[in-house]
Amino acid sequence: MAANPMYQFNVYRIGPEIKLGDIDLSFTNASLFMVLSALTVLIIFKLGSKKNIIIPNKIQLLAELSYSFISKMISDTAGTKAKPYFSFIFSLFMFVLFCNMLGMVPYSFTVTSHIIVTFVLAAFIFIGVTIIGFLKHGLGYLKLFVPSGVPIVLLPLIVIIEIISYLSRPISLSVRLFANMMAGHTMMKVFGGFVVSLGIVGGWLPLSFSVALTGLEILVAFLQAYVFAILTCIYLNDALNLHH
Amino acid sequence: MFVKKTLFSVILYCALIKTALSAESGGMPQLDPEFWFSQIFWLIFTFGLLFFILSKFILPNISSNLENRKSQILENIEKAEVQRQESEDKIKEFDKIIYESKVQAKNILNEAKKKISEDINNKKKQLEDEINSEIKTVENEINELRKSSPDTINQIAISTSSDLLKQLIGADVNQSNISAIVEDLSKKEKGKYYGV
Repeated sequence: MAANPMYQFNVYRIGPEIKLGDIDLSFTNASLFMVLSALTVLIIFKLGSKKNIIIPNKIQLLAELSYSFISKMISDTAGTKAKPYFSFIFSLFMFVLFCNMLGMVPYSFTVTSHIIVTFVLAAFIFIGVTIIGFLKHGLGYLKLFVPSGVPIVLLPLIVIIEIISYLSRPISLSVRLFANMMAGHTMMKVFGGFVVSLGIVGGWLPLSFSVALTGLEILVAFLQAYVFAILTCIYLNDALNLHH
Repeated sequence: MFVKKTLFSVILYCALIKTALSAESGGMPQLDPEFWFSQIFWLIFTFGLLFFILSKFILPNISSNLENRKSQILENIEKAEVQRQESEDKIKEFDKIIYESKVQAKNILNEAKKKISEDINNKKKQLEDEINSEIKTVENEINELRKSSPDTINQIAISTSSDLLKQLIGADVNQSNISAIVEDLSKKEKGKYYGV
């Protein structure tokens, strides 16, 4: 069934079945790539964070540039109040980025192409941001749903729309990442299938498409991780600095 | 040409249908809840561990490294600024010393010149004084000689005349007569002999 473009998203058990009561917690290929992504991030940043080096080597430069990149992103979008959440957003960005990037390796598995994974991340962010908002502003956080300068006649409608848009945040956040990754990988698989079925004569066109798509997908992999992180920052900004 | 094109499109169409059909039959594995809990568990586990290790052990190191570098660079810039100031001061000092030594050299030269010219003047004056005094003594001597010479000459003339007369006449002539004649003559001829 390798020709099926959805086959690459199959999750299968690796090793023995682990059960906690009725819940199946077996180690799967998805778990394997989560562990691999986390390990890659840890190894790179462990190597890049040796103490007391004044002139950085390449891997350290990479680590430090990533650090300043994320730090700048957070301070640009969420201000200085978001500093305590730096570690979380950094880990989030790196985890999503490396899951996406490891998914670009042929025959590998893309963790972020599963809606359940992205939804759990997005839901955690949503719940966390909502808790932070209520802790910082109390019930005043509900003012988020009442934009200033709106005519009173329109207010009920606007409030309902705002509430719906707020509640749909975890869905939009998770579906955006999941759909991007799934669509990209499916498309690459379909074009790969064309190369095989059209053979040596007609296969060159889809092959070149495949090559171009690979480049595009690497861009998307980075971009979606960035978007995921920056949207988290924006939600955090709403919770920390109530603007409405 | 047309045949080739048609053939190509037919093949493409077939391939599209084939892939579409196989996708249809497979469905989306993402929506199969069999491994959802496993995925959630492993996501929380790996991400949690990643977050814990990054925030506790790795990110503080990177942050302190960046801070250290920043402070080190600032320190170095400060040090460089201080050293630049120092070197500027040294250059100023050096210029000052050179200027001073030039002035001193000029002064020494001037002094030496002055001293030499003074010496020369002193020596000149001394010499002139010596010469003048010598000239004076010589003039005095000459004057004395001039004063005394008529008397001596008269004496000589008197003794010579008396000796001459004695030898000529053979008898002593009165000295006083002779001297009277000589004095008389010398007085008469004084302007002729002495130029006075």
